[in-house]
Amino acid sequence: MNASYGIKSWLFTKDHKRIALLYLATITFFFFIGGIFATLIRIELLTPKGDLVSSDTYNKLFTMHGVIMVFFFLIPSIPATLGNFFIPMMIGARDLAFPRINLLSWYLLVIGGLFAIFAMVAGGVDTGWTFYTPYSTSYSNTWVIATALGIFIAGFSSILTGLNFIVTVHTMRAPGMTWFRLPLMVWSNYATSLIQVLGTPVLAITMVLVFCERTFHIGIFDPALGGDPVLFQHLFWFYSHPAVYIMVLPGMGVISELISVYSRKAVFGYGFVAFSSVAIAVLGFLVWGHHLFVSGQSLYAGMVFSFLSYFVAIPSAIKVFNWTATLYKGSISFATPMLYAFGFIGLFTIGGLTGLFVAALGIDVHVTDTYFVIAHFHYIMVGGTLMAYLGGLHYWWPKITGRMYPEGWAKLSALIIFLGFNLTFFPQFILGYLGMPRRYHAYSDEFQVLHVLSTAGASVLAVGYLLPAIYFVWSLRYGQVAGANPWKATGLEWQTPSPPPPHNFEETPVVTHDAYDYSTTVGEVIEVG
Amino acid sequence: MGFRLFPEQASTISFEVDHLLYFLLAVAIFFTVLIFCAIIFFSIRYRRRSDRELPHAVHGGLPLEIAWSVIPFGLTMVMFTWGASVFFKESRPPDNAMQIYVVAKQWMWKLQHIEGQREINELHIPVGRPVRLTMTSEDVIHSFFVPAFRTKQDVLPGRYTTTWFQAVKPGKYHLFCAEYCGTKHSGMIGWIYAMEPRDYEAWLSGGRAMGSLAENGEKLFDDLACGNCHKPDGSGRCPNLVGLYGKNVQLASGAVVKADEAYIRESILQPTAKIVAGYQPLMPTFQGLVTEEGVLQLVEYIKSLGEKPGVPEGSGVTPALNREVPNTQATRPSNATSTPRNR
Repeated sequence: MNASYGIKSWLFTKDHKRIALLYLATITFFFFIGGIFATLIRIELLTPKGDLVSSDTYNKLFTMHGVIMVFFFLIPSIPATLGNFFIPMMIGARDLAFPRINLLSWYLLVIGGLFAIFAMVAGGVDTGWTFYTPYSTSYSNTWVIATALGIFIAGFSSILTGLNFIVTVHTMRAPGMTWFRLPLMVWSNYATSLIQVLGTPVLAITMVLVFCERTFHIGIFDPALGGDPVLFQHLFWFYSHPAVYIMVLPGMGVISELISVYSRKAVFGYGFVAFSSVAIAVLGFLVWGHHLFVSGQSLYAGMVFSFLSYFVAIPSAIKVFNWTATLYKGSISFATPMLYAFGFIGLFTIGGLTGLFVAALGIDVHVTDTYFVIAHFHYIMVGGTLMAYLGGLHYWWPKITGRMYPEGWAKLSALIIFLGFNLTFFPQFILGYLGMPRRYHAYSDEFQVLHVLSTAGASVLAVGYLLPAIYFVWSLRYGQVAGANPWKATGLEWQTPSPPPPHNFEETPVVTHDAYDYSTTVGEVIEVG
Repeated sequence: MGFRLFPEQASTISFEVDHLLYFLLAVAIFFTVLIFCAIIFFSIRYRRRSDRELPHAVHGGLPLEIAWSVIPFGLTMVMFTWGASVFFKESRPPDNAMQIYVVAKQWMWKLQHIEGQREINELHIPVGRPVRLTMTSEDVIHSFFVPAFRTKQDVLPGRYTTTWFQAVKPGKYHLFCAEYCGTKHSGMIGWIYAMEPRDYEAWLSGGRAMGSLAENGEKLFDDLACGNCHKPDGSGRCPNLVGLYGKNVQLASGAVVKADEAYIRESILQPTAKIVAGYQPLMPTFQGLVTEEGVLQLVEYIKSLGEKPGVPEGSGVTPALNREVPNTQATRPSNATSTPRNR
């Protein structure tokens, strides 16, 4: 990987590992931009009056927080960094199927991101990340088109990455690497790729329609022009609900790896966990209407979508139960990545179970568009995806860099993040049920106590996120040398030096065992259990 | 600065929503505790004591997989059925509900009582009577949200949505806009005043009503010369409107539609969308000539014709009901509150 140096060797690289690192730098940048917006939002909400920023500024802050975090951090996060780096290695391949397209998709993300940043610098956008019409097409006086264009372009990055993964998994597996020997990380990223390829074009089309109505006043969504405002919501959520699974499925894959390696056991019910990823991907396309329970869609449409939404709960529950069962009679280590995995399971459980609340029609009428929903999806996306991402980053850091991160600091930051996260978002469930609507710049006095708790939690959380940024950089130079396989893990990526050579393996590996067979890596053993 | 964990229960439906919530909370707490305890117990019991440990491989168990698929599925179906039945009640107003009309715009709520009272960002209602809201927006999507009633319904431009509630105790309750609608979204708030029926009657008669909605609608009907074609004896060039509301209408296309509020609104603003069988598409659109509030008055007037069939109104003679009140709603072009710039 360190075969050549210089800026050109990075900008024109076709090595999936280097491209993964380009992504890592890019999305880390976007994460901190989005984080700054979040910080300003939380400080504003410390007091009931809108006193720190103006209403318009506040509206732009939450919009840009959402746009950046969803489209430029969460969606690329695990697939484009950890997936890009490790999917080829896990299946014993030298690279992805289309290395040039892989580089192109990074450039597309950067170009899309530049449009979004241009929109922000030029004056911002205030439609909410959901771009609901006719506000976004006929009323907002902000940089809607530039932002939509950025999302449109970044969407192609996502489509191409998905396509690349699908072809790679189909055609480039090493000899002996059958489908049911694939690490579960590969299964979940494969399922994610299916959604990216099938769902993202719908978002692209929707953005084009928004552009047409806003620029040429072609009546599509605005009733004043003869359009239908709810049509937009159907189109938008047809992508954006599956997009939730684009964000969380790869995280589930990471957790499967972590739970297995740190309990030194094969994931319980491998087949169920693998197929539950595919089931989530498929069912995810059938539930978009649960975002529209109070939109004026028919009573019966609401019932159908509520019914189908509950089906998604089952594969998610299967995963949580199987991860927990994997621990039974294992050899459980409390290394930092495992702490993140525990954190993921706990927070995802709460996020998932509150999903049952919002899928219940009678409850959703009350809690939709309140802080309850905000808390729910932050438990999934931040408590879930971000915890998995950080866990995965710690787990594979020694492989990526050849150096260990400082264990003590890492454990501390994992703990801070877990506590800070709960303090930030748990009060928001209560706020939401009390009736605090989302996207409110100023609010009624009775909500203040809970907002203060939430802001306090956010400060703790911010510390938790800054620590890894510091010690990861520190470890590049001062970290302990890791060796090829510090965790005694079974994946093929661990059977090659750290950091890996340019073509991953000195010779193409031949796979003879199922995934997670630790008898091959532990060496001299003490049998337990 | 009060602090509470659950919102006030101030409508009939609020109790049912909360009961469902308690059930969901119980299930959620049970599973959260189960998972947390299992993780904590296993991690302590099976913690790694030596780096050379190798546990026995276990690959899964079908009975367990079936159990933890089927049991949650059963529970979710209970949630679905319960949730849907509450929603069904929330969505269907009782027939005896009193009618309120709501027009939302950036950034205020305009509410009209049948009796003619108009309110802005405030709504007075009697306790113990179901109240049905028919709502529309003049610009973007808003959402009518009363947390104490557990009621929320999006308010859309270009169409009517309805919701209903029945307050159970007098009080002052928050009204919020719950769908993001631009700059002053968080200022698009108000109060619902639930009053004892007697106090409500007093409030209603104490106001300075400018004629009932139907009366104002009738005035507008005359100002716009609708009666020139829509003659009450059916002799006009356009359909007779007496007794229309709630009836089924045979269309030229062969379809049959129910003449509800949405149909009447559409027929005023887009007359050619649905042509009544046997009539020519002669009517011009009144889009831009009548505000949403004006349309609601016309709707209410046409509804009132249904209640009193044969009301003496024909031959272009203005009935005596008319009062000397300038109607501010008529013939004002619909206001463009915002001028979008495109970038």
